[in-house]
Amino acid sequence: MKKTVFFGALAASTLVAGLAGAGTLDDVKARGELICGSNTGLTGFGAPDASGNWTGFDVDLCRAIAAAVLGDPTKVKFLPTTGETRFTALQSGEVDVLVRNSTWSFSRDSELALDFVAVNYYDGQGFMVKKDLGVSSAKELDGATVCIQTGTTTELNLADFFKQNNISYQPVTVADDSEAQRQYLAGACDAYTTDASGLAASRATMPDADTHIILPEIISKEPLGPAVRHGDNQWGDVVRWTFFALLVAEEKGVTSANVEEVATSTTDEEVKRLLGVSGEMGAKMGLDNDAFKRAIAAVGNYGEVYARNIGEGTTINLARGLNALWTQGGLQYAPPFR
Amino acid sequence: MDQHFSRSEMLPPLAPPITERGAVKWMRENLFSSPLNAILTLLGLAAIYALVAASLPWWLNSVWNAESLGQCRAIVAETAGEGATGACWAMIRERWHQFLFGFYPPDQWWRPILALGLLFVALAPVLFAGQKRNMAFLLGGIAVYLVVTLTLAETPAAAFALAVALVLGLTALSQVQPGRLLWFTAIYPALCFWLLWGGTVWAPIVAMAGFVLLYLVFRFAAPVIGLTPAAGAGIVAAVLWWLYLQGPVSGLLQGALPFGLRAINSDLFGGFLLAIVIGVTGIAFSLPIGILLALGRQSDMLIVKTLSVGFIEFVRGVPLITLLFTASLLLQYFLPPGTNFDIILRVIILVTFFAAAYLAEVIRGGLAALPRGQYEAADALGLDYWRAQRLIILPQALKVSIPAIVSTFIGLFKDTTLVAFVGLMDPLKGVTQIVRADIDWKGIYWEPYIFVGAIFFIICFGMSRYSMYLEKKLKTDHR
Repeated sequence: MKKTVFFGALAASTLVAGLAGAGTLDDVKARGELICGSNTGLTGFGAPDASGNWTGFDVDLCRAIAAAVLGDPTKVKFLPTTGETRFTALQSGEVDVLVRNSTWSFSRDSELALDFVAVNYYDGQGFMVKKDLGVSSAKELDGATVCIQTGTTTELNLADFFKQNNISYQPVTVADDSEAQRQYLAGACDAYTTDASGLAASRATMPDADTHIILPEIISKEPLGPAVRHGDNQWGDVVRWTFFALLVAEEKGVTSANVEEVATSTTDEEVKRLLGVSGEMGAKMGLDNDAFKRAIAAVGNYGEVYARNIGEGTTINLARGLNALWTQGGLQYAPPFR
Repeated sequence: MDQHFSRSEMLPPLAPPITERGAVKWMRENLFSSPLNAILTLLGLAAIYALVAASLPWWLNSVWNAESLGQCRAIVAETAGEGATGACWAMIRERWHQFLFGFYPPDQWWRPILALGLLFVALAPVLFAGQKRNMAFLLGGIAVYLVVTLTLAETPAAAFALAVALVLGLTALSQVQPGRLLWFTAIYPALCFWLLWGGTVWAPIVAMAGFVLLYLVFRFAAPVIGLTPAAGAGIVAAVLWWLYLQGPVSGLLQGALPFGLRAINSDLFGGFLLAIVIGVTGIAFSLPIGILLALGRQSDMLIVKTLSVGFIEFVRGVPLITLLFTASLLLQYFLPPGTNFDIILRVIILVTFFAAAYLAEVIRGGLAALPRGQYEAADALGLDYWRAQRLIILPQALKVSIPAIVSTFIGLFKDTTLVAFVGLMDPLKGVTQIVRADIDWKGIYWEPYIFVGAIFFIICFGMSRYSMYLEKKLKTDHR
């Protein structure tokens, strides 16, 4: 923790020095390339495929930003960052934006001088157990052995949950997801806990997926979203509203397939503003007016991005849940586009 | 008549008793020489049996053709019955190129392949100084390797012809004048850099010209102002050249005679390409730096000694991972904003420092092992410091230190996997992680480790065998 404070302070002090320079938006435009801090590889959210092309839920947001700012979704360089290097990479200016399933929390927002500009995925920590354990609620896990990755917030959440419910557990610490999966399958632990999206992905690839269940309790809030450097508000706005544009597009039924047609035929004033037909919205934040249209054309609306990478129909098969639009009982809510 | 009996020929020797010959004797002596050893042998056999029994079906049920882990499992279940386990090498089949080259573009694979082949050509005069036969074997092997792999990598015809002609020419040279091959070794670093990173050919040439400038200044200034000031002047001239003239001059030359390869960005490097680039550069540069540090530590000059001791103790006192984080994170803070200092280069520099500090102590051990008489003999011959070191002290000290030096090299090469912690794609963790992030291969566990481990073993075992050969060759003490 002390180290984080130290790096944070160091970052803050250099940030003040760096602020005299141009904003990130101008830097990105001048460079002609967006540098996106990504995960070193997380199923469904961001990983390179066999030919080295990055794909995933977080990756698509980077591509949307590149399409909005530079007009080309391929002008992104993905810089893999580990759990240790991600925030310093952002603070030191090595990456322009961090889209890497990072949880928005108080200390990261304040102490580390980051700005989380949106939440593109609402996650939460869950449990997976074997069906024949006969458990239907996490509260029945008294005395269970639990596989858990070390050095993560999930470890602390787990301790809190068991303490609150006055039950005991035996932690089996593992280094990473693949080891956890192996230990759990080998029977070294009764339950495996990590973010629910990760559990779903693991379960989907297990040899006998039907014999495992994910318990209904979600014991923590993990709002994951893109982060930018504290203090560069214009760039923060660009990232935030690119994401909101994808949300509004879903709300209004604009997809990558029909975006051109809608732009010419629509009578909805908000859609007109979104697609740059009226209102000069892009110009207000230093972009072209059709910036958001390009973003939608490049990756599709939020629903399309979700369905393509992690949604129902893919192997990971995650229901929308909290990530449904607010109109459909979820939490994804974009402020008005005006 | 005096009767006596005597044999006219020897009896044929009898075979030794059954317990004293063949396999039985060997087993009695080596496996069952005492009750304790007999028990240990049986336990060992039981352990081996358990291991083989547990893993053999997994190996035998290996699947090579599948598109995902799920398919692999289905095929294993189909051929070996429900509940059987089997290795899924199909993953290696699909992703081997990422383990070897990272994201390096497939149509450019011939460049790292060629660079690796030429690396051994450049090493030949160092590894087998003056041994024409060994060099011929090595260079012939390289020629075959290049022809096969370059064909497989669909090398452009011009590059292919040039590469083969170069290797054949150098092979001929090695047979006629083996010493001259060292010139190729000298230019190899620039050639390798150009092959791997691409860009204009003039950049490395102009950079190498800096060294020529250094030499020329030294050569012509030395008689006038003395050795040490001349060396200083040469270094200053070279640094000025690199700082101010290199860019414009290479730009000018590129404008006049444009020639270059497609530039490849560092973030496309990964897998064993990255490990070997970091490992080989680290090894090549850490040895001379380590020797200088070891000599510095033994020096009578206070400043040189203090600096050497300070550097060695500081670098040895921190873990490599700390240095890597320094390379990846802290340097960015200290450099002016907007500086783009290549991450691979940063990592190579710090890995080199780390290995150099260890080597310095290893070589100091070798220096300390020499009897005092050797130093006195050098003095008695009237040799100056550098001649004494070069001709008498170092050859002996380095010979004594060979096993420890090679251990350090092997350790350095294996430590290159630690770069995964700063987000680089090392073969063990970096590439394995992205492969596992693919939903098709998620859940695969042993296969990538075994594949990467096997390649590491081959390379490290090779280094170890070479060091044993070298020790034998240099053995002069008739012990």
